[in-house]
This record gives sequence, C-alpha cells and structure tokens, in this order.
Amino acid sequence: MIDSGTVDLARLQFAITALYHFLFVPLTLGMTFILAIMETVYVMTGKTIYRDMTKFWGKLFGINFALGVTTGLTLEFQFGTNWSYYSHYVGDIFGAPLAIEGLLAFFLESTMVGLFFFGWDRLSKVGHLTVTYLVAIGSNLSAVLILIANGWMQNPVGSEFNPITMRMEMSSFWDLVFNPAAQAKFVHTVSSGYVTASVFVLGISSWYLLKGRDLEFARRSFRIAAAFGLASALSVVVLGDESGYAVTEHQQTKLAAMEGMWTTEAAPAGLTLFGIPDEAARTNHAEIKIPYALGLIATRSTDHVLPGIDRLEVTLKQRIESGVQAVVALDRLRKNKEDAEALAIFNAHKADMGYGLLLKKYTANVAQATPEMLAKAVDDAIPPVAPLFWSFRIMVFLGFAFIALFAIAFWASAKNTFEHKRWLLRWALLFIPMPWVATQVGWIVAEMGRQPWTVYGVLPTHLSASTLTSNEILLSLGGFITFYTLLLIAELFLMFKYARLGPSSLGTGGYHHESGGALPHGAVAAPRSGKEV
Amino acid sequence: MFDYETLKLIWWLLVGVLLVGFAVMDGHDMGMGALLPFVAKTDSERRVLLNSVGPHWDGNQVWFITAGGAIFAAWPLVYATAFSGLYFALMAVLWALFFRPVGFDYRSKVADPRWRSAWDWGIFVGSAVPALLFGVAFGNVLQGVPFQFDDTMRSTYTGTFWALLNPFALLSGVVSLAMIAFHGANYLIVRTEGVLQSRARIAAQLFGMLTLVSFAVCGLMLLDLPGYIQVSAPEVGAVQSPVGKMVAVHAGAWLANFHQLPLLWTFPVLGFIGALAGMAFAAKLKGVAAFVASSVAMLGIIFTAGVAMFPFVLPSSSMPGHSLTLWDCVSSELTLDIMFWVALIMTPIVIAYTGWAYRIMRGKITVAQIEANDHSAY
Repeated sequence: MIDSGTVDLARLQFAITALYHFLFVPLTLGMTFILAIMETVYVMTGKTIYRDMTKFWGKLFGINFALGVTTGLTLEFQFGTNWSYYSHYVGDIFGAPLAIEGLLAFFLESTMVGLFFFGWDRLSKVGHLTVTYLVAIGSNLSAVLILIANGWMQNPVGSEFNPITMRMEMSSFWDLVFNPAAQAKFVHTVSSGYVTASVFVLGISSWYLLKGRDLEFARRSFRIAAAFGLASALSVVVLGDESGYAVTEHQQTKLAAMEGMWTTEAAPAGLTLFGIPDEAARTNHAEIKIPYALGLIATRSTDHVLPGIDRLEVTLKQRIESGVQAVVALDRLRKNKEDAEALAIFNAHKADMGYGLLLKKYTANVAQATPEMLAKAVDDAIPPVAPLFWSFRIMVFLGFAFIALFAIAFWASAKNTFEHKRWLLRWALLFIPMPWVATQVGWIVAEMGRQPWTVYGVLPTHLSASTLTSNEILLSLGGFITFYTLLLIAELFLMFKYARLGPSSLGTGGYHHESGGALPHGAVAAPRSGKEV
Repeated sequence: MFDYETLKLIWWLLVGVLLVGFAVMDGHDMGMGALLPFVAKTDSERRVLLNSVGPHWDGNQVWFITAGGAIFAAWPLVYATAFSGLYFALMAVLWALFFRPVGFDYRSKVADPRWRSAWDWGIFVGSAVPALLFGVAFGNVLQGVPFQFDDTMRSTYTGTFWALLNPFALLSGVVSLAMIAFHGANYLIVRTEGVLQSRARIAAQLFGMLTLVSFAVCGLMLLDLPGYIQVSAPEVGAVQSPVGKMVAVHAGAWLANFHQLPLLWTFPVLGFIGALAGMAFAAKLKGVAAFVASSVAMLGIIFTAGVAMFPFVLPSSSMPGHSLTLWDCVSSELTLDIMFWVALIMTPIVIAYTGWAYRIMRGKITVAQIEANDHSAY
C-alpha cells in the first residue's frame, strides 16, 4: 500500500507544476493567432507599422514562450517519475496522444517558431506569414492532442481492461480522438487562451494610450485585440457551456460538487447563483437560486433529474460493492487463468472495478473492507465541494466580465472613441492578470473535480503514484519550487522591461524612447533606419 | 499489415532511430552549449555560437520530447519503471534542461555582463549535464537496474541515486558527453569562421579522441560485465507479461549476440570509423563531412549498446526474471500499429521541414552580423 502522504505530495507537485505550466500556455495559444492577424494586415497593406507590431508583440510572446517550453518538459516526464503506476496502467492509451503531439504538432510549432524570430530577412513576406500561421496551427494542434489525453482521463472511452497485462488497453483509437469530453474541452481551452492574449495586448496598448506614447502603434494593437477578444470571449462562454454539458453526462460527481447540490431536486433543478457551502452541515448558507436554470442548462431538458450528492452516494455505494467482486475475481483469475467461475464474476462486475479499487486506500484486501471503510470510500468519491463551488463561480464571473470588457472596447473602437475613455483604458490595464486567474481556477474545477480519480471511474489517484518515499518527493518538490521561482522572477522582470520599452525595443529608431518622446501626438511612427525586406 | 511480433521489433528499431535522431539533432546544439564558455571568450563570440543554433534549438529539443512520448506510448513499462526508479537522475536532467530555452531567449535581452555570464553557464550546465547523465543512465541499464514488480505490476526500485555513479556508468557518461561535444564542435566548424572555427577544430580533435578512447575502454569493460540471457519465455504470439520468464546472468553475456551474428560488429566499427573520419575531416575544416561522420559515430555507439542488450531494454539486477524485453514491455498491438503509421508518415515530413529550416538559415554567422542585428539576435 502506498503511504497517503506520498500521494498528497505527488498531487501537490503535479498541481503546482501543471498550474505553473498553464501560466504560459494560454498566452502562447492566443498570441500566435494575434501575431498572425497583425502580420496578415502587414502583408496585405504593406504598412511597416504592422510589421513592427508583429515583431514587438512577438518579443513579448517569445519571453513567455521560452518558459512554456521549459515547464512543458516537467509535465511530460512527471507521469513516469511520480505517477509510474498510472503510466503503466494507462500508457497504452494515454501515451499515444502525447507521442502524436510531439510528431504532429510540437515539431511543427518549434521548428517554425525559430524561423518566425530569425527568418524575417531570409523569407519572402508571404513565406514568413506562412511560417507565423504554422506556429499558430502547431501550438493549437498541440492543445488538441493534450486535451484528447486529458479528455480521456475525464471520460475514458475506447478502452478495456486486460487482466493478463493488468492494464487498460486501447480498443478504439477513433473513440479516443472523437471523445466528446475532449472536443468540448479543446474549444473552451483554446478560446480561453485567445482571451488571455487579447486582454494582454489590450491592456498593454491601453497603458501606452494612457501614457500618450506610441499612439498609432497602440491604437492599432488595441483595435485588433478588441475584435479578436470579443469573438473569443463569446466563444469561451458559449463553448464552456458545451463543456458543462459534457460534464453532466460523464461526471455527475463533479457537477454536484461544483454546484453544491447536496440534495436531489425535482427536475429542472435551480441554479445556485451564490451561496456559502458548508461541508459539515451538507448545506449552502445564504443561497440565491435561479429556479429551473441549472436543469435547463445542464440537461437541456425539463424532465431530466440531476442527482444531488445524497442520491449519488447511494449509487456510489452500490458500485463500490460491485467493484469489490470484480477485484476479488481478478485476484482469483491471476492465480488460475482457467477459473471459469471467477471469469464470469469478473465480466459481470468489471465495469465497476475502479470503484472497488477505491477501497485499496484503506485495506490491501478489499474483500474484508469494513462498513466504516466503505463509508469513507463513498465520502472520498465526492470531490471537495467548497473549492470547486468557488473556483467555478470565479471563472464564470470573469468569463462574463471579459465579454463586457471586450464588448465595450469593441464598440468604442468602432466609434473610434476609446482613446478618450480613460476609465476603459484603466479597466483594460487592471484586467491584465484576470485571464490567468480564470484559467487557473478553470483547471482547478476540471482536475480537482475529477478526484478521487486519475482516470474517472477507472483508476483511483492514490493507486496511481510511484513507489517513492515522501522525502524523495519533498526534495524534488523543493527543487521545482526553487527553480520555478527563479525563472518566474526572470520572466516577469523581462516582461515588464520590454512592455515598458514598448516598440522602442525593436531599435528601428522611430518610437517613443528613441525619439525622446518628441513625436507629436498621434504621429505615425514611420521613419525606419533598418533595411526593408 | 504486420503481426504483433514484427511490430514489437519495428518499435525497438524506431526507439533506436529516435534516440539517434535526438543525438544528431539536439546533440549538436547541446554540444555547442557544452563548449560555449570555452570556445567563445567575448560576448560577441558567445552570441555567434548562440545564434548558430538560435533558430533551431527548439525544434531539435522536440526529438527529446518525442523520444520520451514514444517510449511512453510504445513501452509504457519502461517509461514507468525507468523514470520512477532513476528518480533523481531524471530530476537532475530536467532541472539542468530548464536553463536552455530560457538561457537562449533571455541571455541577450539584458546588457549587464553578469546577467549574460550567468546564463552562459546556465546553458553550459543545461547542455553538459544532460549529455553526461544520458550516458550514465545507459551505463546503468547495461549493468541492470534493481527493480521488481508486485502481483499488480507495480514496480519498486531498490537502489540509490549514488549507486548510479559507478565506474562503468561514469565512463559511459564520458562517452556520451564526449561524442556530443565532438558533434557540436563539428557543427561549429560549419557555422563559424576565423578564430571560433579554429577553436572548434581543436575541440573536435580533443573530444573526438576522447570519444574513441572512452568507447574502447567501455567495450573492454563490457567483456567482464555481467550480461543477461533469456532462458525461457512464454510462447511467441501470446499476450506477454514481463514476470513470466527465466533469465540467467553471467559475465560477458552481452557479447553473445555479436558471436551469434558477426554482422553486428558493424555497429562498434561504425562508432570507431565515424569518430576517426570526423576527426580527419574536422582537421581539414570540412565541417559538413565531419558532422556526418560524427552522426555515424553516434549511430554506431548507440546501436552497439542496443544490440548488445537485445532483446533486453531494461534488465533488472535484483530480480532478473522481471527484466523488461522488447517483447514484454510493449503496448497492445492496436497502439503499436497506430503509432507505427503515425511515425512512418510524420517522421519524413518532420525531417523535410527541419531540413528546409536549416537551408533557409544556412551560412556562416559572424560577429559583424550579430552587431548589426543587436535587437533581434540572441
């Protein structure tokens, strides 16, 4: 049996390194498309200011990208180092999209990103633009494949347990690829990346406008970010709903926890707008509810009952009891392959085997689990309500706030009045960190909501860890925290330095710091000393 | 199209090809990084070296990532057992690698010489330490690693980190570091000129020689090293579990394959000939030929280790019967089949556009160019 302290530390390490990685990923996903849009305008109009925009925002993108690449390494290898039983148990399925990501997406993105930075003088205009699009396509393809892998952990389709090799094996590659959980997650995740990048460009451009510098540069960047941001923010919320619908179908425990549904309501259930979940009393205080709304959104019907935690616990208990039979029959089968009776029992209960494994946290021999152990396992099978409830609400609130910000920014950009709406510019500037908050809590909802499973209904988290000691994981955790802190300081230092420098960092000679701020208000930063392509 | 056994064999070859691809592609920019503080003295010289791989290091690093992903997908038990067993060795590789992407991109963005020098050493560590440790890992795998499975196929590693640093493994580390530095020096002969090129030429002679000597000594030590031999296994074609076989261990057994099939001597011979030819071409400043020769040398050296162990890929020293072979550490037939087709189609495409990227960026990097493009170069 694995010591649960080890598992908790391994989980903490995964959470820290995954959330840290996801500080850099969304900006990369979105910036590649914003760069592609800016460069498209450059190629179509021939105005060099758009090339400068591509290069300058590209510099900030690069500072972020380097850490995205760095921290992605950790994630790929962490499955093997800290979660080796997981790697063995599901590598047959989970490994495939990771390897395909490398061959199909990551090679493309990484090879082309080099040409994006270094190829300006070596490629034709259209050639370079193609490279920029390939970077965007590569990074987004990479997200598809990672989310196919993650989607399978949320909704394990296309696979079956093999009692001889003691692992899950792929039964249909197409089921894995076209997993509805993965599709919904992909669109939601990449759109949130587009929002992140749009807020980033909008906020920094607003700062230049507030400071009255590099105005032409900032105005054009603002407009592009406002338009792209509005489309993306709408897509995040609309497709976030699709993602929620997928959760209803595949993960009832996650939905019940994030909605704080302690008891089952008659259909259609109400939506809790606000409340303070109380885990001990199993109720929400100060609840504000919209009648019928949740039932309609989550089931897209009026008569489908959404099970609350009370009803789910009854089902969970039955499934755990049934799963115990499968685990016991499997033990018999592994001792004697010819045991026909054991095979029959195993086949009858194998769909619940993962639930039986939940008891392994408390006893090596699940057949002798006591009623207390069973009660604990049932309790474990509901993810923690309060963190999910709050994370989800913060995410949704921010989602609507982004729509409001971009709708106003877009309207003001169409009317050409945004420069004078200083409150809007300040709001955009202050909002720069918000997409990071939203994407981080979004992952907390997705992954903490999947607990106590690494693969929902198949493999419990506490069985997935490697056979390591707490000290070993503590030491590596210390290493990650140290290195990641140093790297983050360097990253933020450069990000602020270059954002402050603005397009002057390109060394073209035509921008604010280079001309000593002498350019008249609104002057087009045209003069260029460098050679043209 | 292929049966399961053939697919297993193909995947053994593919993993080998990925490792050679990693050594050839990521190897030359790691070699550059390992040589950086010594071959380049001034800031501008260092920038020449960094910019010689500037557009390419990221794509090259994907060979490492893809090799990791492919082992996860095709040999999940190897991925699970080796990475959790060699825990701190892998952590050291990871932490060292952190300094490369960030070092390349951040170093020249601040003019302070202390900042730049710190990142230069970061890139050095990020290049030399993984190059050394990959060899150390290979050296340990050749001696067997202490691990075993319980009846749910959970692996437990019973060794320590310090035990990994034994003489044979350290010498294997030297082989690996030397061949990568040699390869990096040959790349620099192609991409630099003047004083940098002549320093790279000296480095190529030095590390080429070190590759030859350390590889030869490793070979001599291998004569006495305990090797593993499979005595019995489940019948071919059966679904295999790695715990159902008998394995014998005796000194010199790693040479059995060479005795059985003398054609296999080609690989060590390629290792020696490649290294010698690489040194000769480097001496004449024929960089491209030297680069090809060091690539051949690395192919020879990596496959020498691979065929010596065949069919083993991760022998267990504490429970030889639980050793992993290419027949029993693998994914299901369906997964191997799908991944085979993906690799077959995608690898040539990747090689084609990587080649195109090198063509676009070809030519010597000079100090004058760096100084003219101060704002956009690394």
